[in-house]
Amino acid sequence: MVDFPLLSILTFAPLVGVVAILIIRHDDENVVASNARNVALFVSSGIFLMSLTLWFGFDQTTADFQFVENVPWMEDFGIAYHMGVDGISVLFVLLTTLLMPICILASWTSIKERVKEYMIAFLILETFMIGMFCALDLMLFYIFFEAVLIPMFIIIGIWGGVRRVYAAFKLFLYTLLGSVLMLIAMLTMYNYAGTTDITVLLTYDFPIDVQKWMWLAFFASFAVKVPMWPVHTWLPDAHVEAPTAGSVILAGVLLKFGGYGFLRFSLPMMPEASLYFTPLMYTLSVIAVIYTSLVALAQEDMKKLIAYSSIAHMGFVTIGTFTMTVQGIEGAIYQMLSHGVVSAALFLVVGVIYDRIHTREISAYGGLVNRMPAYALVFMVFMMASVGLPGTGGFVGEVLVLVGAFKSNTIVAALAMLGVILGAAYMLYLYRRVIFGELTKDNLMSILDMNRREMAIFAPLLLVTLWMGIYPVSFLDFMHVSVENLLQNVEASLIQNGMLAVSGR
Amino acid sequence: MTMATMPNIIPALPELFLAGVIMLLLMFGVFQKGGIKDNDVAAFNIVSMLSMVSLILAVFLLIPITGPRITTFADMFVIDVFAVFSKSLVLVAAAFGILMSRDFMERHHIARFEFPILILFAALGMMLMISANDLISLYVGLEMQSLSLYVMAAIQRDDERATEAGLKYFVLGAVASGLLLYGASLVYGFAGTTNFDALAVLFNGGETSTGVVIGIVFILAGLSFKVSAVPFHMWTPDVYEGAPTPVTAFFAVAPKIAALALFLRVMIGPFGGLIEHWQQIIVLVSILSMALGAFAAINQRNIKRLMAYSSIGHVGYALVGLAAGTEIGVRGVLIYLSIYLVMNIGTFACILCMRRGGRMVEEIDDLAGLGKTHPLLAATLVVFMFSLAGIPPLAGFFGKLYVFLAAIESGLYLLAILGVIASVVGAFYYLRIIKIMYFDEALDALDKPIGRDLSAVIGVSALIIILFFAYPGPVINSAQAAAKALFAG
Repeated sequence: MVDFPLLSILTFAPLVGVVAILIIRHDDENVVASNARNVALFVSSGIFLMSLTLWFGFDQTTADFQFVENVPWMEDFGIAYHMGVDGISVLFVLLTTLLMPICILASWTSIKERVKEYMIAFLILETFMIGMFCALDLMLFYIFFEAVLIPMFIIIGIWGGVRRVYAAFKLFLYTLLGSVLMLIAMLTMYNYAGTTDITVLLTYDFPIDVQKWMWLAFFASFAVKVPMWPVHTWLPDAHVEAPTAGSVILAGVLLKFGGYGFLRFSLPMMPEASLYFTPLMYTLSVIAVIYTSLVALAQEDMKKLIAYSSIAHMGFVTIGTFTMTVQGIEGAIYQMLSHGVVSAALFLVVGVIYDRIHTREISAYGGLVNRMPAYALVFMVFMMASVGLPGTGGFVGEVLVLVGAFKSNTIVAALAMLGVILGAAYMLYLYRRVIFGELTKDNLMSILDMNRREMAIFAPLLLVTLWMGIYPVSFLDFMHVSVENLLQNVEASLIQNGMLAVSGR
Repeated sequence: MTMATMPNIIPALPELFLAGVIMLLLMFGVFQKGGIKDNDVAAFNIVSMLSMVSLILAVFLLIPITGPRITTFADMFVIDVFAVFSKSLVLVAAAFGILMSRDFMERHHIARFEFPILILFAALGMMLMISANDLISLYVGLEMQSLSLYVMAAIQRDDERATEAGLKYFVLGAVASGLLLYGASLVYGFAGTTNFDALAVLFNGGETSTGVVIGIVFILAGLSFKVSAVPFHMWTPDVYEGAPTPVTAFFAVAPKIAALALFLRVMIGPFGGLIEHWQQIIVLVSILSMALGAFAAINQRNIKRLMAYSSIGHVGYALVGLAAGTEIGVRGVLIYLSIYLVMNIGTFACILCMRRGGRMVEEIDDLAGLGKTHPLLAATLVVFMFSLAGIPPLAGFFGKLYVFLAAIESGLYLLAILGVIASVVGAFYYLRIIKIMYFDEALDALDKPIGRDLSAVIGVSALIIILFFAYPGPVINSAQAAAKALFAG
């Protein structure tokens, strides 16, 4: 298997789909559209099946990068085309490949205009997302990281809602501003270490005062992506205006770029700075958890509510990451994965009724359980998963994060607990208003329950959510060795620089 | 040395070839035309073709020169790998300039055979600039270029805007030349020589008199005018807007490349030892150019004016590499220029396609709905816009990457940070063009078809921009060799 470039094939296979869509030429618009849908679904499903090789072929007993490819690229600059996955990134690749065919299916009927371009944009987006999680070279990472903005800008801008232009610009410029500062930090890293190879940089010891500046630059980029309070304002806008599948990808995968970045760069490469800035991270995260939960309570728009809940959930991720404990970090990764599935599913849930009634106003609904029992069930499971009910994926992540947080800082843990309670409040309140009560609205009287396509969309997500809640070990085993290795390196570096007592935590 | 000694003309062979071709074509044009008005277009077409062929031939004459630097004509003229690289860019830009102008010139009834010849003259001047090894030959080359450009700006002589642009360009350009000459005379007065090699030896220690520094400042001002860097940029938007579009396309590329190459040669060569005296100025000019290019373009409605501000911004980025003053910096500038060349040719080819009912339109809003009416043209323009904004994986990103890398390595953190922030502001107006094309509702469609020449130019440059990341080696390695050659001198 060593010579088989699996990651490259996964990364660039969507482009084959793009070419296939481009060469479909037909006079009839409808034929082109349905061809584009089929090609996109076929390619993305194929990629998902291929990516299962990662699940079965991944060696869980080592922290080394696996499926590695390393080809010189811009030699005098030392940039290589270096790809590989470890226990931290492998599951994100799988999350991406899982969500992609679901997105295509979710857009099957709701996208009617420029279907060809839409599918091309999504396939290109998949290339960049998979590449980002597999990149083991700073420049390669940066290229994928920022390139994602191009298809995302176009998806929101063309197929979005009324204020799509504003949302697309905000998303693009916000994220770009953060990213370019990170680019400067990356060039600084290269200047010090003489390489852009992530595997080498992971153990490189940067001077502490430089670390602090670099950490802030990386923070500028990742905090926007996560997003953390107070740079979160682009997210509700983007979510509200994006088409359903765009929201799914945004919540499911793009938000993970930030959390992944903290784990891949900030923590291992700048451990001293990370320790130094931990109070900042805790403060911002706790504010995010409590404040955005309260904001979510007051929302009238379903997508906006879920968008704010995403920010709160990602607050747990940043808390967990900076506890620098095994539980906290594993919890953070787990929370990202389960949030990737659950929030994606929730946006799809909203999409189902939006496709029927064409409004996202909560007050426009009520009593849906009478006409849509299957829908009410699906909604309930994901709502509970978002709340963190035991037995769902959301529970495991939150508990691990809180365990890690209690070890590190009790006050932070206690305040984060408050967020869990508020989370239950706004989700249950949403559910009550949409699903329960009397069916009084005229336009809801004839609403239809989910069709088979929609059930097919939710089935895999439902399965994964429950699996993650009932038997988390099958996921935790992937990351365990890598996380321990990461923490060992961080602690070794901290001890060496005298910022941590030898006894450790 | 006796007067009769024949200088070594081999290093200047491409220039001599081009000069010969210019004479021949001039004669040919005059006799072909024979005073008959209808022969204008025929002469224009033939001369255009021959000019492009001879420009390409000149590139082939340049490429075999790989050896160490050679000076000739009493050390006034130097040829090295750096010159070969820059001249190749200029010649390619000039050839594209002619190719892109053909259709436009015929449509606007200004298809005169003098136009391609003027481009050839300008190209020859640029080659002399790049190969200048003396303040005198620098000035001669620069003026040869500038005079051709003034005429080109006003070639549409019954158009009020074009003549105004030409006149404005001429007057301001003359002032800049005066500044440059004054600076050169100060340097000569205090250093006693105008030869670059001699000056380099003299300033090697980094010590010099105030007079020389003032001279350098004046030379810097003159050169900044030629590359349209802030605060000597005022002419750019007016000239770009007023000149016929193909002329603007040419202005945005070839003279910029030549002047920046000259900038590099002068600053690194004779004044390289005095970097402490001029680095601050370049840093400031660079920051101001990037900022102005970003902010002033936001409110533009005319796409040519917008591209003028965009080019001011891009000069700012290129100057980041010069501010670093290192070999890596020079390499960055050269990579930047190569990519800039392709992006701008592509963008202007798209602008040249903006016709409605046979007339050129220049407002950005005229692009509304282009995504629906001309999907392919719109898609390529999107590629150019994202590339100009510096978004990976498109080529424009790599240009910025290499100059900022140089800035970081030289410790110019503030410059790099301000630069990237300016690039975010700049991204806004490039995105606005995309927004208008795709997110806004269509007006009347622009004319179809867009013509074979332009389609080819757009297609090729879009492909280069998209695929640059896959195989960046040749450009980077040649730029590396060129940068090395500049420092070897």
